[in-house]
Amino acid sequence: MSLMKRMSLIFRAKADKALDRAEDPRETLDYSYKRQLELLTKVRKGVAEVATSRKRVELQINQLEAQAQKLTDQAQKALGMGREDLAREALTRKSGLQNQITDLQTQHAQLQGEEEKLTLASQRLQAKVEAFRTRKETVKATYTAAEAQTRINEAFSGISEEMGDVGMAIQRAEDKTAQMQARAGAIDELIASGALDDASGLNSGDDIARELESMSSQSDVEAELQALKAASGGQALGTSQAAGELSGGAASDAATPVAETDEQKG
Amino acid sequence: MGEGQLRLPDEAMERLNALDDAVERAVDGGDEATFRDALHQLLAGVREAGAPVEDDFLHDSDLILPPGDATIEEVRALLEDDGLIPG
Repeated sequence: MSLMKRMSLIFRAKADKALDRAEDPRETLDYSYKRQLELLTKVRKGVAEVATSRKRVELQINQLEAQAQKLTDQAQKALGMGREDLAREALTRKSGLQNQITDLQTQHAQLQGEEEKLTLASQRLQAKVEAFRTRKETVKATYTAAEAQTRINEAFSGISEEMGDVGMAIQRAEDKTAQMQARAGAIDELIASGALDDASGLNSGDDIARELESMSSQSDVEAELQALKAASGGQALGTSQAAGELSGGAASDAATPVAETDEQKG
Repeated sequence: MGEGQLRLPDEAMERLNALDDAVERAVDGGDEATFRDALHQLLAGVREAGAPVEDDFLHDSDLILPPGDATIEEVRALLEDDGLIPG
């Protein structure tokens, strides 16, 4: 027998079994309606949960993208200072981050698809539950066993099928989000602990930043020194003499300004 | 599954049955890639030929298909009457 046919028969068998359990089908209708409302609530909760996960992944993508941007800036700065090795290091770390970002983007697309599917399913279920309620009241009001039986069966198996379907969709979505949440949680923890940054950003980014900073403070010192020299050169006789004055004013002190610069470097 | 109900014209059935057979063979054969391919073709065929029913339409389906991202394992479970929660 065809696969499609087999699956529908299984759904129907389940519905029939549920209906047979009650002696008075009208009781089954009320009970089923209650179950439908419960499921509807569950579906709505599921949609909200998926949306929360999606937003969390979005946030993480933003964080990682900011981190990647920072590394690009650092690479640029390092290149500007002629430190290709440092720029290469920054870009290597960035490419590691980029992989994480791509992964998260795939997850994000999946979650978005899941969210859309569940939203549609919940709309469908709501419309069916509403229709079922109307049908149920009509059947109960005009209940004459034999005649109503077929109408009950029809409505009941129709809604059971949708409930089974939506129930499974919810189950699948829950499983998927649980997996993603576990991963998102792990990434959150990594970001918080700085371990991820260690591999791909902040901490190690910091040593790039530190080196860049020390390089620029070094060159600041040089520039200031030059400016000082120029200024005092204006006051004294000439630049060369001023320089001589600075270093040679007292021969024994000559090393002092250099030592200070070195300390700043360290 | 997961996409609501569709109404299919009889003319489409012959072609869809052939696609359905392919899916079934793939499930029996246990080859995930063939299965995925066959299932997607079948679902695409159904979506193309079918028209969605109104949301408040209350009737059970003659045919039910697994969701597009289902694995062979999941389909087997469905066929073994496990994991369904209607009623």
